[in-house]
Amino acid sequence: MKRRNFVQMAGMGAGALMVPSMLLGNSIPTEALLEPGMDTLVKKQLADVALNTAKSLGATYADARIGRYLNQYVFTREEKVQNVVNTESFGIGVRVIANGTWGFASTNDVTDSGIKKATQEAVAIAKANSKFQKEPVVLAPVDSYGEVSWKTPLKKDFKDVPVSEKVDLLLTANAAAMNNGASYVNSALFMVNEQKYFASTEGSYIDQDVHRIWPTFGVTAIGDGKFKTRQAMSAPMGMGYEYLDGLESEKLEGPAGLKLYRNSYDIIEDATTAAKQAKEMLTAKSVDAGKYDLVLEPNHLGLTIHESVGHPTELDRVLGYEANYAGTSFATIDKWKSGDFKYGSDIVNIVADKVQQGSLGAVGWDDEGVKTKQWDIIRDGVLVNYQAIRDQVKMIDQNESHGCCYAQSWNDVQFQRMPNISLEAGKEPYSISEMIKDVEKGIYIAGRGSYSIDQQRYNFQFGGTVFYEIKDGKIVGMLNDVAYQSNTQEFWNSCAKICDQSDYRLFGSFFDGKGQPSQVSAVSHGSATTRFNDINVINTGRNV
Amino acid sequence: MGIFSKEEARKILEKAMSFSTADACVINLSGSDSGNIRYARNTVSTSGSQSNQSMAVNASFGKKSGTATIDEFDDASLEKVVRRAEELAKLSPENPEFMEPLGPQSYDESKTYVEATANITPEYRAEVANSSISPAVANDVTAAGFLDGGAGFSAMMNSNGLFAYNKSTNVEFTVTMRTNDGTGSGWVTRDYNDITKFDAAEASKVAIDKAVMSREAKAIEPGKYTVILEPSAGLGLLQGLGRSIDARSADEGRSFMSKEGGTKLGEKIVDERVNLWSDPLNEEVPAATWDGEGQPLKKTTWIENGVVKNLAYGRYWAKQKGVDPVPFPSNFIMGGGDASLEDLIKSTKKGILVTRLWYIRSVDPQTLLYTGLTRDGTFYIENGKIKYPVKNFRFNESPIIMLNNLETLGKQVRVDGSLIPYMKIRDFTFTSLSDAV
Repeated sequence: MKRRNFVQMAGMGAGALMVPSMLLGNSIPTEALLEPGMDTLVKKQLADVALNTAKSLGATYADARIGRYLNQYVFTREEKVQNVVNTESFGIGVRVIANGTWGFASTNDVTDSGIKKATQEAVAIAKANSKFQKEPVVLAPVDSYGEVSWKTPLKKDFKDVPVSEKVDLLLTANAAAMNNGASYVNSALFMVNEQKYFASTEGSYIDQDVHRIWPTFGVTAIGDGKFKTRQAMSAPMGMGYEYLDGLESEKLEGPAGLKLYRNSYDIIEDATTAAKQAKEMLTAKSVDAGKYDLVLEPNHLGLTIHESVGHPTELDRVLGYEANYAGTSFATIDKWKSGDFKYGSDIVNIVADKVQQGSLGAVGWDDEGVKTKQWDIIRDGVLVNYQAIRDQVKMIDQNESHGCCYAQSWNDVQFQRMPNISLEAGKEPYSISEMIKDVEKGIYIAGRGSYSIDQQRYNFQFGGTVFYEIKDGKIVGMLNDVAYQSNTQEFWNSCAKICDQSDYRLFGSFFDGKGQPSQVSAVSHGSATTRFNDINVINTGRNV
Repeated sequence: MGIFSKEEARKILEKAMSFSTADACVINLSGSDSGNIRYARNTVSTSGSQSNQSMAVNASFGKKSGTATIDEFDDASLEKVVRRAEELAKLSPENPEFMEPLGPQSYDESKTYVEATANITPEYRAEVANSSISPAVANDVTAAGFLDGGAGFSAMMNSNGLFAYNKSTNVEFTVTMRTNDGTGSGWVTRDYNDITKFDAAEASKVAIDKAVMSREAKAIEPGKYTVILEPSAGLGLLQGLGRSIDARSADEGRSFMSKEGGTKLGEKIVDERVNLWSDPLNEEVPAATWDGEGQPLKKTTWIENGVVKNLAYGRYWAKQKGVDPVPFPSNFIMGGGDASLEDLIKSTKKGILVTRLWYIRSVDPQTLLYTGLTRDGTFYIENGKIKYPVKNFRFNESPIIMLNNLETLGKQVRVDGSLIPYMKIRDFTFTSLSDAV
């Protein structure tokens, strides 16, 4: 963590901790969220200024991204509204290839002159850096799509929902938690709309309207000198405000009274359960360290998939472009080329996906104009592919980009980011209760917790939100101080059983960080409840 | 250019303030000019420059507040942003934690700006990359690095007569060197306000030497070891302690600093040789002399001889508790000793030298237990000498336990704007091995 982050975090309230500053644009009044923004025709004319300027300066390729990013965040604690933040960020980023080298510049002066100036800067940077370029950039071919558009399928735009309704919902959830034994509760709603226009010298003009939502809370119970916090069981989603409808048809019954949610979230019900569970956690048994069969709930397993499969199969990491920050990868090219590298057991099938409805990663085209798709990363346990973009695929002898190039904003350069990476559900009917019945000595873990993995993605340690001990096919009580450690390949090869599609749900993260300067990206990971045999569990309890 | 002088900033702020009709108004103005270069696989990958300025106006009527921002500073724009903030304030609910803006304050003159750092050019950045890449190639090593630096300013004015201004520069450099056989990795970090203190070739050599030294690491059993933590490694865990100084969380019972019926203020929590403080006027790690609310920042002791001397009280919480506010720090300094790294190694019979810790995450906020891994240079020490490189470890450790197991404090080094000593610690808990290089 950089010093300024340390200082900022030390000085902020709990709600603010959750908002990376890079997502904040200029504050705006709520009604400004409803303003239509720049007309597509005007954007096309302005983008052409960048493309024509770049070509006239000798660039062999250029793309322009005009972005308008509208965010709304609502923060509450107990019966108080801490903050309602509406932001807007608008500008253009221009990327060029000149002398075989990338150059990038951006400006919020979205006028002919501002765009020309930024484009000149991008070309100048490319030419200046070309003296250190070893090999020229080569782009995989891409279709010319003409003028096309895409929008997140949604039923309720968050911008149309009054702030008072959002505040009431959070305060009602807070009250539900407090009435059920919570000592404190912080809750928040994050809502994001990316209005992105992409144009390139290859003839695509792509207009996209991307929506994301994340309702969340932390409920804290205090007693006997201890405190325990239970986080929400929601997932960030690529959906509209309808995610908060709390549809009964999308609810699942977990073990020990746990409520689980698929494509619709009941925050009041979850806050009620959370308060009871936070109190229960204060007196739960401390785990005995040892080997256990782990039954992992999708909102927990998603983070494990993210860290142990998502990141190591990013081709830029495999090649060394991230070596100085997030690291490289154990999933090296030779392992992939062997064609028989057993990443997991035979039932492990991992799919990369940029089109899955409701997911955070779903878009029509990526940020370099590649139409999105789905493809295999692991099939029958074997590593079969990576995640790559236009200037990388030639390095794995492919000639089609996977469409996973993304920039967090118009003023950041786009680069390879993780698509949705998901574990396919089991093919035979198999429920959570049946899985628990089959476990002699195990732990059921739900929800995200502490997470850490090495820079080549071998050794990891994960915690969770709630833990239940399984003995002879039955849940026998709640556990505390649980974390599991494993090696990625050993872990996935211990995958023994996966529930069927009826239990399949998405986990998500708004803030997957990577790159220098660091950028965040939003991504989902789907799975059904999955069992892993004989995993090393440690006890994290300490006396200080 | 994104940088306004003190007088330019004052003039713009006064103009904006003249449009205010609210009961209270606080205006912040800031800007920066910065540039970066990134390289990997012994070649430049991306680079860019950023320049921006922004003004944020917070207007209040009673306890109702609204904020609006703008990045244009002509008279019409200034009036527009003030009116927008006032309209928002009128529409907002009352904030029960609202605090009146402070009156005029006096601040120490900061030492945060160095002209040479503000004048870094793209050519300089390219040469820094070359200073890493050329020796890497010569040593059969691959460089991946990042340099980011520039200047910034911030200023604030409020309707109670407060005015504050600060200008600063900063440059941050990191490079990872990996041997081309894939068995060794080294890393170094440098950061300064003053670029003239930075030697890219010297820094790169440290990382290259570590990479070469760390080739073909041996596996040794995890367990409790005496460790020498280089300052970068120590900082990673000390930040966990730094994040627990908030008085409100402690009073509410949800922090390491809480205890039944109160807080640990005044209690001895770590070895008596541990002293932690912040000081914006420190020559090595100068920082701004005022915080975001306009409070003056002075030297503040957080832990003295192992005893918690202060917790940070925001203005609202201080008022609730009937105490004076204690602003959050803008830097972080831990007292050190005279021992060099060589001295610490010489005095170690058996131990592990740790270059850095990676992917540190909280496991239990109650005990400040953290997990993470060693990375980019981990070595076994025997009888006062580095014997061989060892594979990386995962640790599960609390900075509180660590600082109670203190053996020796070494010299201080600037890391990420903080000043941290080398530390020798006994019984540091490694729980498993990692194959990562």
